[in-house]
Amino acid sequence: MSEPTVTLQHLLGLEGVSKQDIQILLDTGFRFREVLDRPIKKVPTLTGINVVNLFFESSTRTRISFELAEKRLSADVTNFTASSSSLNKGEGLKDTIQNIHAMKMDAVVMRHPAPGSTKQLSQFVDAVVINAGDGTHEHPTQGLLDMMSLQEKFGRLEGLKVGIIGDIAHSRVALSNIFGLNTVGADVMVCGPGHLIPPHISELGVIVNGDVDEVLSWADAVNVLRIQRERMGEGIIPSVREYRSRFGITTERLARHKREIVILHPGPMNRGVEIDSDVADGDQAIILDQVLNGVAIRMSVLYHLLAPHQPLEET
Amino acid sequence: MGTIATLPGEMIIKGGILYDPTTRESRRQDVAIRNGRLVETAEISSSKAQALDASGCLITHGFIDVHAHFREPGREDKETLATGSRAALAGGFTRVCVMPNTDPPIDDPEGIHFVLERSEGLPVTIYPIGTVTKGQDGNELAELLEMRAAGALAFSDDGLPIQNGEVLRRALRYVRELGVPIINHAEDVYLRAEGIMNESALSTRLGLPGNPVQAEAAMVYRDCLLAEDVGGRLHIPHISSTLAVELVRRFKERGGAITAEATPHHLGLTEEAVRDFNTHAKVAPPLRTEDDRQAVVAGLIDGTLDCIATDHAPHTIEEKEQDIYQAPFGMIGLESAFGMAHSTLRKAGLTTEQVIDLFTTGPARVMGLGLTPLVPGQKAELVILHPDEKWTFTREDIHSRSRNTPMLGMTFTGRVRGTIGRNMWFKAPENS
Repeated sequence: MSEPTVTLQHLLGLEGVSKQDIQILLDTGFRFREVLDRPIKKVPTLTGINVVNLFFESSTRTRISFELAEKRLSADVTNFTASSSSLNKGEGLKDTIQNIHAMKMDAVVMRHPAPGSTKQLSQFVDAVVINAGDGTHEHPTQGLLDMMSLQEKFGRLEGLKVGIIGDIAHSRVALSNIFGLNTVGADVMVCGPGHLIPPHISELGVIVNGDVDEVLSWADAVNVLRIQRERMGEGIIPSVREYRSRFGITTERLARHKREIVILHPGPMNRGVEIDSDVADGDQAIILDQVLNGVAIRMSVLYHLLAPHQPLEET
Repeated sequence: MGTIATLPGEMIIKGGILYDPTTRESRRQDVAIRNGRLVETAEISSSKAQALDASGCLITHGFIDVHAHFREPGREDKETLATGSRAALAGGFTRVCVMPNTDPPIDDPEGIHFVLERSEGLPVTIYPIGTVTKGQDGNELAELLEMRAAGALAFSDDGLPIQNGEVLRRALRYVRELGVPIINHAEDVYLRAEGIMNESALSTRLGLPGNPVQAEAAMVYRDCLLAEDVGGRLHIPHISSTLAVELVRRFKERGGAITAEATPHHLGLTEEAVRDFNTHAKVAPPLRTEDDRQAVVAGLIDGTLDCIATDHAPHTIEEKEQDIYQAPFGMIGLESAFGMAHSTLRKAGLTTEQVIDLFTTGPARVMGLGLTPLVPGQKAELVILHPDEKWTFTREDIHSRSRNTPMLGMTFTGRVRGTIGRNMWFKAPENS
């Protein structure tokens, strides 16, 4: 039996990805979840395929998640972690492109501090390119795993009301969530300090609301974004105290809303700042499901982009 | 590729219409040149003369660019005075003002002498601009009077805005009596911050830091206020936004000695050029929205903006192939300038002659350069244009040492078919 295939050649972002492609990736993600529940969690799907994980920014969680997904599909995996300082020495995309050509890689999973870097890369290499986060642009597999976790929880995505709370302006997770959720018919509301909401974001089809309590009254689920504490040093966020008081998802705040609101967080968390430990570890949170689904959805993406004609049953 | 060759002793350009921007008169006339000067056609020996067919073309004064970066000294890998001059000639320019943000910057009379000496014998006349502040540090005034005496035509820290208002005011006062313009790159560096492109829904969509129109407008407003108060000559380069055009219009109405320019890329491109993270479209000030683009066009049409200037900013391919954060700001523009500006402005209702004015009398007025009528006895500084020729801009059209332009592959209406420079002439390929 042939599998449904996606029209994508690369996964550079969720903007412009069709509803059908998103649904195929999610459906296959759920099937790989079953693989992850098996005693032996490895399938031969990508045997002989070379994948390089190219991380120009440190990211333990995303890199391990991709590596696990690749290894469970039996791909040959090479990890390359370059420090940001090597970028500053002029080791830019050009060198990366030439190296990938030379190494004859089938796929590149790249995280890079510059928006659009994976798109630029895809224009120069034959390999499949998967964006593992390009600066403040997109983090499409995070967007997909968030959607997968929401679908698992609610059984649907269409019509779902999702709040995204935090530093929207510097978040690649927010953009991928917005593009993906809009495409599948969910409603999105963004909330955070006014100067950390991009000025024209409502043109992307989201509602902007500066009051966390109003978002919590409205939403079925909220995705709580990490606040980068270095921004406090820069004077962009006045203090932990004020941030927590105004935008934090605290136990007390959540208790005031007498309804079940599902809590997501892309991690790593600043416990006690944007989210309280009780909330993060509570029944409403699906944060650990997100981590598990992350591996499954990355397996799905790798499968569809690298072995689309191989029936999943044969795995 | 067009050819650049030594100007023959005698030349006759036949079948075209001579448009003299100094008098705004047009007449069908053959144009004769001997030893680099315009002469009566009867003085030319038909056997010795190089004949050039200009059927369907306008013959007019060579263009003047008040704003180009030729990178010498210091970054000769990007452009030199010689390679930049060839690019200028291919674009129809016979005079170019070069910005001083070289390495080291041209911030003293020796620097001005260096540029003038290195420009001797080049096909276009080079006018050096000196920095306003020493080393472009934005604080200490450079030797403006000495540089002027050495031949500086204007002063600018371009590439960097003079953020300290008092420094700009001091400079305007210091050179007021000379009547030369101070050119200040109009962007508030704090508002511009890390902005890579225009701040808009598109920048949000792309996750790129935005540069808001207010960064330009706030600086234009401040600079106009200071120029109005001091009475000095202020020239505002590369206007990019509706707000900035409106401010210039208002201050001109109040009588300020203010001039301003628009670049062909701000006339013809919008922020959409950055949608694919195209580093060639990363430019400062950024390409903005369609509304802004139209406001810049309207500003040129109603005279708010005085001239077209290229802001020719060559960079190496290696630099532009970096990621969008690391790639430098700027694009080349000399060879595509007329095609892009003419296509855009004619569509907006200007005649070819009016576009020529924006490349000739406009910039001459801004820089206080004399333009002589196109009559026998004068130096032959000419450009031959076909106003209706459609052509596609390709690498073959580029004579600059750099290739950093997002315009490759664009089709323009109106083409430079030939340029007569100081000792060289450019001829475009036939019907390419």
